[in-house]
Amino acid sequence: MTQMRYVDGLRRAIELEMERDQRVIVLGEDVGVGGPFGITVGLLERFGERRVINTPISEDSIMGLATGAALAGKRPIIEIMFVDFITLAMSQLVNHTAKLRFMSGGQLSVPLVIRVQQGAGGGWGAHHSQSLEAWFHHVPGLKVVAPSNAADALGLLRAAIRDDDPVLFIEHRGLHFRRDEVSDPDAIPALGTAKILRGGKDLTIITYSKAVWDALAAADELAARDLSAEVIDLRSLSPLDMDTVLGSVRRTSRALIVHEAVRQGGLGAEIAAHIQETAFDWLDAPMHRVGAPFAPVPASPVLEQAFVPDTRTIVAAVEQMLGLAPASSTEDPLERRRA
Amino acid sequence: MTQPHSYSVEAKRKFLEQMLTIRRAEEQVIHFATDHEDLIRGHFHVYIGQEASGVGACAALGPDDYVFTTHRNHGHVIARGGELGPVLAEIIGRTTGYNKGRGGTFHVIAPHLGILQTSGVVGGCVPLAAGAAFSIKKRGTRQVSLVFFGDGVLEEGAFYEAVNLASLWKLPVVFVCENNDVARERRKGGASPSDSLAARQLTDISNAFSVPSVTADGADMLAMAAAMGDAVSKVRGGAGPVFVESRITRWPGNAGTFPALLGGDYRLDWALAPSSGPKELQDWLQHSDPVALFVRTLVANGAMSKADVEAMDARIRKAVAEAASFALASPAPKAECALEHIFAA
Repeated sequence: MTQMRYVDGLRRAIELEMERDQRVIVLGEDVGVGGPFGITVGLLERFGERRVINTPISEDSIMGLATGAALAGKRPIIEIMFVDFITLAMSQLVNHTAKLRFMSGGQLSVPLVIRVQQGAGGGWGAHHSQSLEAWFHHVPGLKVVAPSNAADALGLLRAAIRDDDPVLFIEHRGLHFRRDEVSDPDAIPALGTAKILRGGKDLTIITYSKAVWDALAAADELAARDLSAEVIDLRSLSPLDMDTVLGSVRRTSRALIVHEAVRQGGLGAEIAAHIQETAFDWLDAPMHRVGAPFAPVPASPVLEQAFVPDTRTIVAAVEQMLGLAPASSTEDPLERRRA
Repeated sequence: MTQPHSYSVEAKRKFLEQMLTIRRAEEQVIHFATDHEDLIRGHFHVYIGQEASGVGACAALGPDDYVFTTHRNHGHVIARGGELGPVLAEIIGRTTGYNKGRGGTFHVIAPHLGILQTSGVVGGCVPLAAGAAFSIKKRGTRQVSLVFFGDGVLEEGAFYEAVNLASLWKLPVVFVCENNDVARERRKGGASPSDSLAARQLTDISNAFSVPSVTADGADMLAMAAAMGDAVSKVRGGAGPVFVESRITRWPGNAGTFPALLGGDYRLDWALAPSSGPKELQDWLQHSDPVALFVRTLVANGAMSKADVEAMDARIRKAVAEAASFALASPAPKAECALEHIFAA
C-alpha cells in the first residue's frame, strides 16, 4: 500500500509508458515546464526535447498535428490546458481524430491520448470551469475516461496510452492535489470498466470524477440514517460499463446519477435511459439525476458554490426519491430549479 | 507614419493620472489575493508595466467606440473610464461589480463603456471585434472597434481568419497587439523573434494581409498616444483595419506563477531614482516602466513638479482605498440568483 497524489499518478503513468514505448511523445502548451498544474514536470529533462515538445498556443493544430503523427506511427499524449479550450480543436477531434478508423474501413488507427482538466471551484469564471464530457460521449470513435482518484489516474492513463483508439482523458482540477491510497501501483484497469466503491442495498448512486467523493460522503450520511447506498465510480464514460450499473440497480431497485456537469443533456440522461430500457421492471422508484443547473459557471464564490452539486444536493435527491423528511434544515437555494 | 503630435500639460497630466490609477488599482488586486483568504481563489492577471499602452489606445477613442479585451483586462477597463468601485467589486465577485459577480477577474465586461467581451480563451475576441466593426460599417457610422490582445493570439487560427475578413471587407477595426515579453533593446524597433512564432516581426503577418501596420514603444506614453491617435483616425476615416504592435517589456513581478509586488507597493521615489528601487526592479524602472519613464519626463521638462506627482498619487491611492472598501463591503450575490441572466427574461 502506498500513498500518491493524483498529479503524481498522472506523471508516473506518462513516465512508465514513455520508458516502455519509444513511440510515446508528449506535446502541448508549456508541457516542458510542467503545464499550469505541474503534471508534466521533469519529463523534458528526463526524455529530452525530441519526445517532450512545447507547442505554440494553437489547440486546433495541436490536435490535428498529434492526430497526423498518430496516423504515421507515433503515440502522442497531448495536453489541452483547460477543457474549455478544446472547443478550438473540435473539428480536428470530432471530424478527423475520432472518425479515421471508421472512414478508412478499419485500416487506420489513431492511438492518441488527449489530456484535459476541467471543473469548477476556483472562481475562474465561465471560460475556465466547465464540465464538457457529455459532448464527447456523443462522438462515436472517441473513448472518454474520467478518473476520481490517484490509483485510477495512474492505471487508466497507462491503459489509455496503450489503447489503439483516441482517448479523451478528463482530469478534475479539484482532484489534482488529493492524496489517495494506491494498493497496486502496477494495476492497469481495462477501459470501459466501472468500479463499485461501496456496497449497498437501498439505492445505487452512479457517478464519476470529483463527484465520487461527494457521493461517498452522502452515503456516509445516509448510513447514519440506516440507508445503505451503493456507490459506483464509472471511471470510463465511453464506453460505459452498463453491466455493472444494471447489475447494481437490479439489486437496489433505485438509481441516482450524479455529475458536476449541467444536468440538461448530461450523461445522467443517457444512463437513466439505459436503465429504463433494460431494468425498468426492477425499479421501485423514478430515477433521479443530480447535476449543475443550466447555467454557465459563475465567478463569484457564493454563486459558484450554489452551482456545483455537493453532498447536500445528493442527500436531498435521495430524500426526495425515498419520500423522506429532509434531515438538514439548510435548503438548497436552487433545488426546485435544478429539476 | 506617426505625425508630430503635441500634448497639452493638461492632457499629459491626465495620461499620468490614468496610468497611476491603473498601477494602484492592480496593486490592490494583488493585495486582494495575498492579504485575504479566498477572495481571489484562482489565477489572475494584472496590467502593471503595460499602462501606457492601454491609456494611449483608449485616449484615441470616442465614447461610442467598441472595445474588446482579454483575461488581462483590468487596465483596459479603467483606461476606458471604468469606475474603480465596480471594477474592483467585479474582480472579487460582488453584486456591485459591473457584471454582478458573474465575470470575475477574467471577465470585467462593461457594455456602457463599449466593452463587449473580455475573453479568457486566447484569441476569442479578435473575430468578435471584427463583428462589431462589421455592424458599424453596415450602419455607416464613424465608430471604430478596437481589440486588445497578447502576442500569443498570433499563434491561434482565429486571428488569421478575422484579420483576413477585416481586410477584405475594409472593416473599421484597430488590432492592438500587446507584445509583452520584449527585451528592452528591441522595443524601439528591429526584429522581435519569439520561440513560438515563426514570423520575424509580428507586423510581417498583418502586412501580408494588406493591413497597414505599425510598431510602437509600449513603454513610451506619448509615443503610444501618438501611434494610437494616428491608427484610430485612419480607421475612422474609412481606410479599413490597422494593426498596432505595442512592444512591452515584462514587469519583473509577472515572472512567477502569480503576480508579486517585488519590494512592496510602488514608490514614486523609485520612478525618479531607479537605483533607489528594489534590486530586481531597477533595470525595469530605468528602461521599461512606463510610469517611471513618464514621471521622469514630466518632472524633467517642468510639466509637473515632484510635489504635483506626489499629490496626484496620494489622491489616487485614497480613491483606490475607498473603492476597495466599497468592493469589500459590497454583498456577494445571493445563491438563489445563480440562474438569472441565462436567457432574455
